[in-house]
Amino acid sequence: MIFWRTAWLVLRKDFAIEVKSREIVYTTVFFAVASVLIFSFAFVKEGVAPEGAAAGILWVAIAFAGTLALGRTFERERYNDTLRALLLAPAPRAALYVGKLLGMIALLAVTEALLLPLLAFLFAAPLFARPGLLAALLAGGTVGFSAVGTLFAAMLLRVRSRDVLLPILLYPITVPVIIAGVRGTAALIGPQPDEPTATMWIGILTAFDIIFLTLSVWTFEPLMTD
Amino acid sequence: MKKLFVPLLIVVAAMFAFAPIVIANARYESTMGLIQKIFYFHVPSWLAMYSAIGVCGLASLIYLFQGSRTADCYAVAGAELAILFGLMGLVTGPLWARKAWGVWWQWDARLTSALLMWLIFVAYMLVRKYGGPGSEKLAAATAIFGTATGPFVYKSVDIWRTVHPTTNVVPTLPRDMALALLYCMIAFFLLFLVLLTVRVGLAQRQMALDDLYLAGED
Repeated sequence: MIFWRTAWLVLRKDFAIEVKSREIVYTTVFFAVASVLIFSFAFVKEGVAPEGAAAGILWVAIAFAGTLALGRTFERERYNDTLRALLLAPAPRAALYVGKLLGMIALLAVTEALLLPLLAFLFAAPLFARPGLLAALLAGGTVGFSAVGTLFAAMLLRVRSRDVLLPILLYPITVPVIIAGVRGTAALIGPQPDEPTATMWIGILTAFDIIFLTLSVWTFEPLMTD
Repeated sequence: MKKLFVPLLIVVAAMFAFAPIVIANARYESTMGLIQKIFYFHVPSWLAMYSAIGVCGLASLIYLFQGSRTADCYAVAGAELAILFGLMGLVTGPLWARKAWGVWWQWDARLTSALLMWLIFVAYMLVRKYGGPGSEKLAAATAIFGTATGPFVYKSVDIWRTVHPTTNVVPTLPRDMALALLYCMIAFFLLFLVLLTVRVGLAQRQMALDDLYLAGED
């Protein structure tokens, strides 16, 4: 009970700070849109994007923007040395992780909600043809990416050259999640939507989510203890 | 382990010296021809990499939950050996693929996931090298996540349709080929043990030196 209450309080604290400044949500969303534009320059030839490009662009934009947001969320804690205060609080440490993770998922959900219509509009991709399956893919991918990202971003606070090390650690570990997301989405937006393939990738995403979440919640406490 | 080191080293050297004869005497595989012989070094190098990953992951868990610094020495040794043996697998694989598939590299599930797993351990070494003080725990977490991908890499050929042969190949080999493979696997595993002993010893001396240096400063 105290676990979920702590997680909720951490989430509400981050939300209250974010509502005042809106710094992370604005920068993240802008960065995601900017990376979509860069990809369109890279892929579009003679005014037409290659088939299935939208799936790749969507997920890479989420991964890039997510990395930026992860760095910023924890930089805020480091700047005021408030993470130490959080860790000193008589509350389960894993609950702090869960609170931060929920905040990250919410932020990425906002970014995705803006990216999807943009991509559907710019690349004429039928992203909304199977909304249920697409939502499941996005949810699975976001949870897996944020689970690993939150853990590593929190740990990197006490390490030198953290800005460089976050993507170096995050991408190799989370690429399976990104691959599953891209392949699943590509199966959905192809000329013949392939629902069994998408469902298969959702299953793989779920497996990775369970592994990543278990490992993260399990190791957060010893990792954040000096 | 330290007492066994010199005899083990001699055994490994002798086994590797004799390995070409064993491999040459194994059955000539007619569809792929001579290039198939690379199999006897390709599969054992991945076996050694999985062993190194296992050591690194397990040692990282022990280090993380019990704070044992010896375990940390094993973890760093395991990670370096995982990179070394992974590199052997990543070099022998494309050499074989060029002949068997006509391309150096195929983006299939096994090749991609194996490359990723290898990259995670390269990232591990980068964190240890450039993370500065306090990076040991971060590295340990990286190793645990890297080790968790191991079973996926191994099973990937059975889950997806890949150009890479499945895990069924090794158990169904003809007897002479299986014996040659077993010979090479033992040789690679013993080489792994020898290198692990050397590297752990080095890491422990580095640790002792650091402690002395800190004690001298106080």
